[in-house]
Amino acid sequence: MSLVIRKYCAIRDGRIRVDGEAVFSYEGQDGFKKFIRTAYKHFQTDYPKFFKMDNLSKLGFLSVEILLKGEDILKLHPAEKTGIILTNASSSLEIDEKHFESIKDRGQYFPSPSNFVYTLPNIMAGEAAIRHKIKGENTVLINKYFDPELIFILVELAFKSKSLSCCICGWVEQYENNYESLLFMVEKDNNNSAEDIIFEPSNLANIYKRNNEDGRINTKA
Amino acid sequence: MMADVYAGAENIISSLGFNIAENIANILAVNTGIVLDKSGKYSPIPLPLSVIDHHRLDELFAQNLSGEEKSVRYTMLEKMFIISIKDALRQSHIKISSSDTLIIIASTKGNIDLLQLELQNKFGRERIYLHELGRMIAAYFNNPNTPLIVSNACISGVLGIVYGERLIKSGKYKHVIVTGGDLMSEFIVSGFQSFQSLSMNPCKPFDINRDGLNLGEGCGTLILSSDPAVLAEKNPVKILGGAGSNDANHISGPSRTGEGLYLAIEQALRSSDVHAAELDTISAHGTATDYNDEMESRALSRAGLEKVPVNSYKGYFGHTLGAAGVIEAAISLQSMKRNMLFRTAGYEEHGVSQNINVISKTEEKEINTCLKTASGFGGSNAALVFQK
Repeated sequence: MSLVIRKYCAIRDGRIRVDGEAVFSYEGQDGFKKFIRTAYKHFQTDYPKFFKMDNLSKLGFLSVEILLKGEDILKLHPAEKTGIILTNASSSLEIDEKHFESIKDRGQYFPSPSNFVYTLPNIMAGEAAIRHKIKGENTVLINKYFDPELIFILVELAFKSKSLSCCICGWVEQYENNYESLLFMVEKDNNNSAEDIIFEPSNLANIYKRNNEDGRINTKA
Repeated sequence: MMADVYAGAENIISSLGFNIAENIANILAVNTGIVLDKSGKYSPIPLPLSVIDHHRLDELFAQNLSGEEKSVRYTMLEKMFIISIKDALRQSHIKISSSDTLIIIASTKGNIDLLQLELQNKFGRERIYLHELGRMIAAYFNNPNTPLIVSNACISGVLGIVYGERLIKSGKYKHVIVTGGDLMSEFIVSGFQSFQSLSMNPCKPFDINRDGLNLGEGCGTLILSSDPAVLAEKNPVKILGGAGSNDANHISGPSRTGEGLYLAIEQALRSSDVHAAELDTISAHGTATDYNDEMESRALSRAGLEKVPVNSYKGYFGHTLGAAGVIEAAISLQSMKRNMLFRTAGYEEHGVSQNINVISKTEEKEINTCLKTASGFGGSNAALVFQK
């Protein structure tokens, strides 16, 4: 069975690319929050719940949103056969610290359910699943780096177990102003397009590397 | 050729004991580990919680250490993982330092207690990261592979087993050690309190008077292998397959219809090549919140599983989050090996809309095929199938 990358989306350093082409760039140097809000507006996303999400979920949500823009995913694949497999390094550390601050002092003890629910990294996958009505398997795994081999093996095994016919997979990492995402939409190869990239570790690694290099060049310019 | 996958050598560290024998003895006696905690350590108000004996854990750990290891400091959670894995290894013949063995760790919050400055200063901030916890565990056992770390709320443990099964079936690894653990913390307790999902009494899964869950801490470990001989048992249990799903409905509430869990069960049965009629028992999630148990009853009914004896072990250990799936799978293996159905602690009067068959007394029954399910925040569900 061979799998192909139908589409990919990368976010980093204020820049968003789809299939390697720049689709949005934010020149401001005022951090993640401003960037993600500006990007949300740029893509004319109409989803008020976005503003209630923690920063990690905002990044995950918008990454999936842009990846799936123009794709009628539920026409292409059954909802229960479309999965989400994500990796990241910091889990939900930023909102964890926020929740912790709210309970640190017993005299000012105000834990909030709307913060607490985001102290689980898989909520970002849940938010994307709700938005796109995707009902397949979803998993979040923690790894120190973007690891092409890890992503490849887990996604391939999920396809082989006959659980999936499409998978949104990759890396969504955010802590304060350090953020980075790279998502792939992966399907079985049905020879629809000669341009499709084979889903294999070396291609994942090359795409990640190219995106990082481009980022640096653009930052200097 | 696809390899068969066997599971065994189970360990549980919980409020009811530090190994399988202690835990099962307490389950047979219907003792609950959920007790009113007045320490103030986890909550400003007294709450029923299921907490392990930390003193015993420390002592056991100190006995285990060689001179070299004493120079490294381990957190409470890391100690729990290490002792649990060691007990599982004693019951098997696998070599954990071998490259054909992978460690899978399931945890929702890992070393989250290190957000406290005092602990952070002692262990270093880096250890808050789950991948760093994973590195510590692998290094302790000289395992050369980077552990796979699943952090998927309350289904982490079941998903860890599902991934382990797939990795062995595909031939990627010969042996996988799946360990799931989470520690009690004010972080977790205050969060669940803010959701008003905690009961002030020992929980009552599927009961008419259920009014919320109890939190627990603990660790469970299973060893999965393509070679039944390493599990040192006459008839080791097989894992046939598993699957996950998402409700795509709400991030903090279960679906009303149970559709997501139903989809996970259907897919798990399909990937296992097992029909619903073949199931002898089900180990459900059964947190004893109003919505969760009702959702599960609908999913089971929809899957045609109303008659299959089903239990929840939450009345014994509380909800141990990332550990729950592995701990409950370990008890399911015991239930199969002993051909015994264990009573659902806390269940007295049927309290869900569907007529599911909740196990109300411990009894002998031949059990060949067992379904384990889990559901959690983020709308996630998972299911897997064991067979003798």
